[in-house]
Amino acid sequence: MNKEELRALVAELLKEEPVEPMVKGSDYKPTDPGPEPKDTHFGDGDFVPDVSELDLRKLYLTETAANKDGFSRLKLRTPARLGSGRAGPRYKTLTMLRFRADHAAAQDAVFSELPEDFGEKNGLISVKTRCENKDMYLTRPDFGRCFDEENAAVIRSQLPQKPKVQIVIGDGLSSAAILHNAMDCARAIQDGLKIQGIDTGKTLLVRYCRVGAGDAVGDITGCELVCVLVGERPGLVTDKSMSVYITYKPHTGVSESSRTVVSNIHDGGTPAPEAGAHVAELIGKILQKKVSGVGLHLEG
Amino acid sequence: MAETLLSVGLDVGTTTTQMIVSRLTVENKASGFSVPEMEIADREILYKGKVHFTPLSGEKLVDKEGIRALVEQEYKNAGITREQVDTGAVIITGETSRKENARTVLDALSEYAGEFVVATAGPDLESILAARGAGAIAYSEQTGKTVLHMDIGGGTSNLCLIREGKIIATGCLNIGGRLLKRDKTGKITYRSPVLSFMGELSTEEEIAHLAEQMAQALEMAAGLRPAGELLTRFATEEVTTPWLIPKETLVISFSGGVADCIETDHPPLIFGDIGPALGKAIRESALCRGEYILGKETIRATVIGAGCYSTLLSGSTVFYRNVQFPLKNLPVAEFAPGISYEETVVLSIAGEERFSYDRVRQLASQIVQQVKGNIYVALQADAAKALGQSLCLLLPPERTICCIDRVKLTPDSFLDIGAPVGPALPVVVKTLILSQ
Repeated sequence: MNKEELRALVAELLKEEPVEPMVKGSDYKPTDPGPEPKDTHFGDGDFVPDVSELDLRKLYLTETAANKDGFSRLKLRTPARLGSGRAGPRYKTLTMLRFRADHAAAQDAVFSELPEDFGEKNGLISVKTRCENKDMYLTRPDFGRCFDEENAAVIRSQLPQKPKVQIVIGDGLSSAAILHNAMDCARAIQDGLKIQGIDTGKTLLVRYCRVGAGDAVGDITGCELVCVLVGERPGLVTDKSMSVYITYKPHTGVSESSRTVVSNIHDGGTPAPEAGAHVAELIGKILQKKVSGVGLHLEG
Repeated sequence: MAETLLSVGLDVGTTTTQMIVSRLTVENKASGFSVPEMEIADREILYKGKVHFTPLSGEKLVDKEGIRALVEQEYKNAGITREQVDTGAVIITGETSRKENARTVLDALSEYAGEFVVATAGPDLESILAARGAGAIAYSEQTGKTVLHMDIGGGTSNLCLIREGKIIATGCLNIGGRLLKRDKTGKITYRSPVLSFMGELSTEEEIAHLAEQMAQALEMAAGLRPAGELLTRFATEEVTTPWLIPKETLVISFSGGVADCIETDHPPLIFGDIGPALGKAIRESALCRGEYILGKETIRATVIGAGCYSTLLSGSTVFYRNVQFPLKNLPVAEFAPGISYEETVVLSIAGEERFSYDRVRQLASQIVQQVKGNIYVALQADAAKALGQSLCLLLPPERTICCIDRVKLTPDSFLDIGAPVGPALPVVVKTLILSQ
């Protein structure tokens, strides 16, 4: 087929009736007229209610529920996003906004930093790991577990050598968790240990901290036990949950199974002061048995 | 890692005395990576004793030796000894609680039954234990329905209104199957003083009328009939708060000896009382026209409640020092700043949900200033261990401290605390109202 023939063929095809599309935009008639737009009473400059303030356990959005009260009762027992209704095949606007708000809060918790003066205000010795910024912290977990010579020197000079217990507050994956819980918890631990006759000395604040940074603190101070308070990776339920990791005879390379953890410390889980009191007692037991982690469970 | 508690329930009622033995299994339901949370995961009934007539000496006294011998025999039958019993409750109920020596009998029995078997009485608690034992509270929780439980015994009817598994109100009426006793010929041999307002009671018609009046009073209490004078006439004097008549649609749930006469037609004189007549009157009343259920347990509901449900667990992070368990009959007082507490009390601190550590310390110093003797604190929020620690730092080592949490106490109640079960403490919250 030469050029002329091809041109003729195309011209012939174009002359034919155009193919009818199966659905045309102008034909679309929704079967359901849909809700009337509501007057929201919000004017320019007004604040709309904060979607993140709503209690998810009490928020039930399904409109055609067979047993709304029954479902609502079950829903009180879980923070899961159940009974959220739908708009056609999709989430409702409120569900979508709340999900994005919670997701944003989780991301903020990871990316935000503790206030500059947090350490000074609370009488902590402040250092940082080898990470220079959050990006490095997230991409190089190994740098979050060790110190450069400058920071190691601060630890060496400011903290006592061979203490029985060294408390470390680690700012890592959730600054919100640390801001909200760490001091309440740390003070309860200190008081609990004081009752047992253990003086904890100064508490260390480590920025860009992984749990393993406590092992490096063990290397430098020679402490018998390290207790690291660290924010948990935020989820969509809370961005303020904190864990405490306790390691007996900490040193770089210590096995993960030798850590005892107390997790879920936040207002909706174990409150920080109560968790601190529990941790103090646990530390007493670990010092007495001279083992932490799985070994402690085996001891019974 | 489950621990078990051997629990005894003993119910000394108007007509019958019963005992059960149960095993409570306590488990940690939290994961190994969080703070422990102990709870009673299972309640298994190991032994159900016979239904005995309550031994009485005359009209005014409970036969102390008779009851003691009965309990001794039941312990033998169950194959247990006092030393094996970890917890439990003795409850004295109905008309028996009005006997002159009720208090001494109760204390002696609880002492005899086991070291941490508590003595309880009072229609409020009895109502709750019967509703639990009959399964009415579990039914309401599972179905979400509002349930009015009626435990209709020999001397009293205990009412318990439950909404979505939560106890809303308790009440008690002088309605029971043995307020009138009859011999084989039908002659009246006993008439309770609480029936003084009724006229002549001797013919079958008069007795049927009495049963109908009782059923009508129960209808009134359930909001199925406009409330009238009858309800006040049958009201018991021990009840502290007046019964508020529920307005919503209810499921009525029955237990107690008379419950067995509702669906089954017994010959009128078989038990020598008016139980069958009362059962029949209830069957024909509005109480049985709507939705109603018979309890999983009927005549044994209260004793099962006492044996299985009177012991609760505190939170699993608590603090105690220099305490000799069990602690018995500690009166409850609401904690308020500025008041000094001279007598031994449990300070109840409720309402606050979140405690900062500063608040914990502030509270500790207030308590130290206001309490001179042994310090007992019960918090509703989860903060007992932190508070106990703070108290410990402020006080000399010889002072006694016991802080528990996740317990809600009402001002008129009393608290018993048993020896630790794992990290938690078993507690019994009770009322002790005996009319004297």
